[in-house]
Amino acid sequence: MKHSQILLAHGSGGSMMHDLIQELFLPAFDNPFLRQANDQALIDNPGGRIAFTTDSYVVQPVIFPGGSIGELAVHGTINDLAVGGARPLGLSVGMILEEGLDMALLEDIVGRMKNASEEAGVPIVTGDTKVVERGSCDKIFINTSGIGIVPGGIDIDGKNARPGDAVLISGSIGDHGVAVMSERRGVQFSTPVVSDTQPLHQLVKSMFSVTHSIHVMRDPTRGGIATTLNEIAGQSRVGIEIDEEALPISPEVTGACDLLGLDPLYLANEGKLIAIVPEAQADGVLEAMRGRPEGAGACRIGRVVEDRPGIVRMRTGIGGTRIVNVLSGEMLPRIC
Amino acid sequence: MSVLHQFRDSTRAQAIIERIRGRSTGDISIMEFCGGHTVAIFRSGIRTVMPEHVRMLSGPGCPVCVTSNGDLDRAVALAKTPGVILTTYGDMLKVPGSRESLMQVRAQGYQVEIVYSTLDALKLAAAHPDREVVFFAIGFETTAPAAAAAVLQAQAKGVRNFSICSVMKLTIPGAKALLAMGEVKVDGVIGPGHVSSIIGSDAWRFLPEEYDIPVAISGFEPLDLLAATDAIMQMHEEKRPALVNSYSRVVRPEGNRKAWGAVERVFSLAEASWRGFGSIPESGLVLREEFSDFNADLRFDVTVEDSTEHPACRCGEVLRGVLTPPECSVFGTACTPESPLGPCMVSSEGSCAAYYHYQRQMA
Ligand code: SF4
Repeated sequence: MKHSQILLAHGSGGSMMHDLIQELFLPAFDNPFLRQANDQALIDNPGGRIAFTTDSYVVQPVIFPGGSIGELAVHGTINDLAVGGARPLGLSVGMILEEGLDMALLEDIVGRMKNASEEAGVPIVTGDTKVVERGSCDKIFINTSGIGIVPGGIDIDGKNARPGDAVLISGSIGDHGVAVMSERRGVQFSTPVVSDTQPLHQLVKSMFSVTHSIHVMRDPTRGGIATTLNEIAGQSRVGIEIDEEALPISPEVTGACDLLGLDPLYLANEGKLIAIVPEAQADGVLEAMRGRPEGAGACRIGRVVEDRPGIVRMRTGIGGTRIVNVLSGEMLPRIC
Repeated sequence: MSVLHQFRDSTRAQAIIERIRGRSTGDISIMEFCGGHTVAIFRSGIRTVMPEHVRMLSGPGCPVCVTSNGDLDRAVALAKTPGVILTTYGDMLKVPGSRESLMQVRAQGYQVEIVYSTLDALKLAAAHPDREVVFFAIGFETTAPAAAAAVLQAQAKGVRNFSICSVMKLTIPGAKALLAMGEVKVDGVIGPGHVSSIIGSDAWRFLPEEYDIPVAISGFEPLDLLAATDAIMQMHEEKRPALVNSYSRVVRPEGNRKAWGAVERVFSLAEASWRGFGSIPESGLVLREEFSDFNADLRFDVTVEDSTEHPACRCGEVLRGVLTPPECSVFGTACTPESPLGPCMVSSEGSCAAYYHYQRQMA
């Protein structure tokens, strides 16, 4: 690129914006839909219900161990489609850039998005860029929306958990949250914890190859598995019981959480899903999950119960019981 | 197996729980004096595995909670003083003062900043030479060394715009005041881990020696707490009260002399006002005269009057172990972590918050 920094003119609709699109975005995200070069992308409808989702990404720092805002923006929206049982068809990308943004950083992020989209096989089919005055945003904000198709016979809904169902998770928890928090607080660990950001649609596909009767699926991002499980317990009006000993948490995440005063139950994950399935199907689904790299660490963490609807409980390591509440306010570190 | 996991090992926990269940102590009340222990006990579900005759009580171990409204009102007034940036720990912000909380003061446009340590406040002072940075210092013996270090650093560097409003307190006079009141029966004490790492386990010898109360210093892992509880029950059973240090991997008999030495150099003892207890002589840390330049109470002329607490709030009794949070008539209804009436529901180490988060509907 000619300029080493983003200037307001890069978003003005004039020739500099044209150059930015022609020289950076189009070559990176190139695909037949984008090449249509219209105000909208036209995509064939292969049949089924349409799933549509959107999310904005404002993570700070924009680059962190294991990923960046770019991968998050691609994976996050793919995952929101996937956990609804949808096959993702395409994504839109809206970028808000701060005047003065380092061009090399933007190129890096765009390159990461290109790789993420290619690896996932989900094209970026349309996009938009705006530049705002210095101080009006923090380096770069990205919005992605996505559409997908939900095949017939699939009914995934937060309301569908039934007493007796098994609660499964696709792998270890807390990695993304620790990766970002440690970077933000400038803490370095001898074995750095890296973000788990990854797309989950292929994992979901292999789960559906075992059974269509998956009751609930969610990706426990912001608020962590505690928040997600509480949402499900509330929507389905059931109790959920999880086993502390069964929770997959890496020793590095445990250590970092102890040091930083964080609770892995509330930390964001960006490449994990929780599935609630009938007990009879649980082993089969687990086996399918473990057959994919994204689900290699899949395990059973608890069960849906009838009593105390709306409440998530935990069997603690020592055999006691406690509530797993929703988070109130920010997570604050210990002072004593 | 990692060191951490070792201390969370469930088979070992089961073995200790079995031992506890087998002990013939009769009714026994065990109190912890540390907010960190309160939270750890609730989080790990220890209360739910105790036999019925074992009562676990929480004492005045939460530093945010024992801060009196008079002291908090003073911080509010300091925050409203022109030119001042008031800094303190995050948990303090939501505590309702007599008229308003620091959070509300901040919403009115005054500058109140959350810091993680006194040294962060000192850094803020360096970054804002045109402002007066005041640190509202709450906490027990654990936070005092950092406060002392910050004052010494500020003095060495000649920082002129940094001062602290110290309402720091000492745990031992607090514990003695509670026992002197005689309102609750305490058969054993779980001694605080972090506090004792500073003042030393020997500081707790007065419990067995003067009060015949067994004490076990404990760490924060479930196994630490179970082992300490079991040790207390054994001493009670054998009628041989003593001091046991179940946290010797961190706590030494003499404590951390260097850290405490710095505290003694910078601070002297003074009467302090505790929520639920009133004034306790020689229970607070105030800056020595030679550090008057850093004493916010001397640098700014703030007086507060008519400090009151919410009439429905019973934090005082909760802190004295006389009342359990669910016995407060507004617990979980008018008072929740989102709209707290008292500090015990706000602080991450408060008993009401711990009950609310971990055991609310377990009964
Ligand atoms: S429940 Fe609320 S009002 Fe009652 S004692 Fe606790 S903090 Fe005070």
